[in-house]
Amino acid sequence: MRFGIRPGSTLERAMAGNAWFVYAFFYAPIITLVIFSFNASSRVGIWGGLSTTWYANIFRNPEVWDALKNSLVVAAVSTVVSTIIGTAAALAIDRYRFRGDRALDGILYLPIIIPDVTMAVMMLLFFARIFAFVDSFGPRLSLGLGTIALSHIAFNISFVAVVVRARLGQLDRSLEEAARDLYAGPWETFRRVTLPLIMPGVLGGALLALTLSLDDVVVTAFVAGPGSTTLPVYVFGLVRRGVSPEINALSTVMLVASIALVAGSLLVQRGPGRTSELAHEITHE
Amino acid sequence: MAESAVQLTGVTKRFGDLVAVDNIDLDISDGEFFSLLGPSGCGKTTTLRMIAGFEYPTSGSIKIHGREVGLEPPDVRPVNTVFQSYALFPHMNVRENVGFGLLMKKVESSEIAKRVERALDMVQLGRRADALPEQLSGGQQQRVALARALVNEPEVLLLDEPLGALDLKLRQAMQIELKELQERVGITFIYVTHDQEEALTMSDRLGVMHDGSLLQVGTPEDIYEHPRSRFVADFIGEINLLDGTVGSDGTVVLKGGYVLPLDHQIGAGAAVNVALRPEQLHLVLADDSDLIPPNASRLVGTVGRRVYFGESYYYEVTSEAGALDVRQENRPGLTLFEPGQRVAVHWDPSAAAMLEE
Amino acid sequence: MTSTLAPEDEAPEERPPEGTEVIAHEGLEARAAIAERRRGFFLGLPAMVYLTLLFVFPFFIVGVYSFATRSATGSTRLSDWNIDSYVKLFDPLVVGIVWRSFWIALLTTVICLVVAYPFAYYIATRSRATRNVLLVFVMIPFWSNFLIRTYAWRFLLGSDGPIAQASEALGLGTIRVLFTPVAVAIGLIYGFLPFMILPLYAAIERMDWRLVEAARDLYADGWTAFRKVTLPLTKSGILAGSLLVFVPSFGAYVTPEILGGAKTVMLGSYVVRQFQQARNWPFGSALSIVIMVIMLAALVARQRGGAKEL
Repeated sequence: MRFGIRPGSTLERAMAGNAWFVYAFFYAPIITLVIFSFNASSRVGIWGGLSTTWYANIFRNPEVWDALKNSLVVAAVSTVVSTIIGTAAALAIDRYRFRGDRALDGILYLPIIIPDVTMAVMMLLFFARIFAFVDSFGPRLSLGLGTIALSHIAFNISFVAVVVRARLGQLDRSLEEAARDLYAGPWETFRRVTLPLIMPGVLGGALLALTLSLDDVVVTAFVAGPGSTTLPVYVFGLVRRGVSPEINALSTVMLVASIALVAGSLLVQRGPGRTSELAHEITHE
Repeated sequence: MAESAVQLTGVTKRFGDLVAVDNIDLDISDGEFFSLLGPSGCGKTTTLRMIAGFEYPTSGSIKIHGREVGLEPPDVRPVNTVFQSYALFPHMNVRENVGFGLLMKKVESSEIAKRVERALDMVQLGRRADALPEQLSGGQQQRVALARALVNEPEVLLLDEPLGALDLKLRQAMQIELKELQERVGITFIYVTHDQEEALTMSDRLGVMHDGSLLQVGTPEDIYEHPRSRFVADFIGEINLLDGTVGSDGTVVLKGGYVLPLDHQIGAGAAVNVALRPEQLHLVLADDSDLIPPNASRLVGTVGRRVYFGESYYYEVTSEAGALDVRQENRPGLTLFEPGQRVAVHWDPSAAAMLEE
Repeated sequence: MTSTLAPEDEAPEERPPEGTEVIAHEGLEARAAIAERRRGFFLGLPAMVYLTLLFVFPFFIVGVYSFATRSATGSTRLSDWNIDSYVKLFDPLVVGIVWRSFWIALLTTVICLVVAYPFAYYIATRSRATRNVLLVFVMIPFWSNFLIRTYAWRFLLGSDGPIAQASEALGLGTIRVLFTPVAVAIGLIYGFLPFMILPLYAAIERMDWRLVEAARDLYADGWTAFRKVTLPLTKSGILAGSLLVFVPSFGAYVTPEILGGAKTVMLGSYVVRQFQQARNWPFGSALSIVIMVIMLAALVARQRGGAKEL
């Protein structure tokens, strides 16, 4: 009778059925897509035997490589910068009372609750005004990888801060006092005790930032200039024109990459035991 | 008295409007096992944290071996703390935990290894040096926390309810172990606890705190037998308090007209409490009152309830002077009293303590 | 506690002479507090500056643009301030789009909740090992590329796709789902279901099941115990999940763009259209302001609900 439900009851069986349905719903479309990416037929819905032609095609396509390179550069830069700024902000809010702490707390939630379309509009108009202002002094600024990275940092800071803060909240403060008591100064205490203990949160935040950066379409499309297309924006452009076997292949590659990324990070953070924690961290508000 | 190890003078700590510690003076001698005892929220932990350096006093002076440290952060004070939750670093093994303080003091690594080993042997954990804290039992974690503090040879060791998380049997064993350890290393211990039994059994002296004030400082015997305030009397052990007034001839008059000849310096007319420990009281049937020693104080009442405690019986006796709990030690051939019986309660006059209201 | 007001090293010459009473700590706490505040302020400063520049400041720029004038060529003149863009919001076409976005987002949220609650309940009540495995398989879609997952449905539902082919082969006739609100809703549910599951899971997992047992002991039947105990105690998860699904669904762009086609325009796509095709920045700005106001209202509503629960 644990958990308010009788094992083996109709209700529990119905819930088990629902669970299987959800998993099928999650995985059937992806798996079908992956299978059909190896379809030799150029009519996407009809199975015409195994083939890797479409993979060969995309890997020969220089536009794909350029977009991929852009995506990786933007993702790397925005992840590193937002992880540092976001972790510092989480520390500030969790640890200190200072002028503007509540304002910062509020502002940090803006990127999480504002839909990406609105965010994209804000970024676009911001850069438009800034450029108009700076250009009046001579230099010609333009949209490009720089503006994409700056925008990604902006929304990633918040997500990093939320995840790190959840971790900080679980940290026993007496551990830091113990370090001070044992002759460690403020910096040594941070380096040897605080940072190692919040590291899973910092890594989780960084992973989230990386994923969000690699996923973003709308904001990037708004603030990208000519020649600075990222992979999701490139794929989005293709998808809008319709379904093609090449997109299937490219999608499969991207799916495998993101799953490998998550699996890798789960392994680094010592097994799936951490996922439960991560669920709490992500949804902690 | 030996040189003073810790000296607090007029120490006050305010958190906003709340006065957590209110102007306390305290002098703890070198090599002493001193306990700060009081209910939660009485300011004992805040006092300890000010000595450790985790809080700064709002005003007052804190000296350790004559040196003013109230201004110093914790990392430069010659004291170490054993935390209530142990605060063992979960990402370091036992050896790294114990060696942390020496590493921060930039002691040479071979020296660290030697001293860590010695400290772990002292707490019988030499074989668990590579274990992580989470792999240890509560008692073992407790001993690692002790070793981690003592390895630095602090001038004063601060212990914040270190046995609170252990079960009863282990706690009793650790009480003895701690006391022996303290005698062996000769370091001054300041021990914070809300457990009166712990404070009484381990301490050379103890101080009772309430609402931020230090009410009484003394040896365990002193505090138990001569409490100077109603709070101290009530908090330490069980006690009966009877209302009375000081008569013009200096005797104390209880309700119901009982007159007690008591030694005191309290002026006539003052309202007082007479404090009586249950185990200092004796019972006889009212009809047998000729058995009472001639100089004993006495009053007459009715037995209410009898409660069996294994090693003793407790009787609730109601009298005109007030309700009394009487403890009767359980031994062979004991005559039990039954509810409703008229009894005389008597005690040696020296067993009564006088407390001004 | 991390303040270092005193010299780091022992400074014997600064010791008070023996026997002198030092009762001079007045003001020390205040100085420590100032040092603490400064440390916190500087740690928070980069985020504060960055987000003020890229979120708070642009919010006002968007506000200003929404009152600007669109020239005939599609450029924006920051002069001749007017409220035309706001008047245009009441155009039946626009009202229709907002209404459609709202009910599709609401439908998505409700379906996600109905499916996710028993799902989260089920996985949260398995043994620890099973639970972690089950959760990993929720995390994988959560972390996978959103665009690609949406595209998978475009592929499945397409007139040439596997579902259409299979249904034709089985003689079930053609199924026309793509480019309808149903397709958009399926895509949104598919995309945002993990956002509903995870907070619900977190809330249900930390339930104290003894409370349910206590309710049953006190003569509540299973359903009543659920309604009176479990449901109120997991309300925070329901609110968080609903917000996390409703907000991005309401402003969605990628999903309606891929699965909705020209007939199922939603607010997000409509905003983008103002900036990319129609080149009516003032109107696009006004629409963005509307979205933000609705979002903030949802957030406030949620916090009210959360506060009541506490």
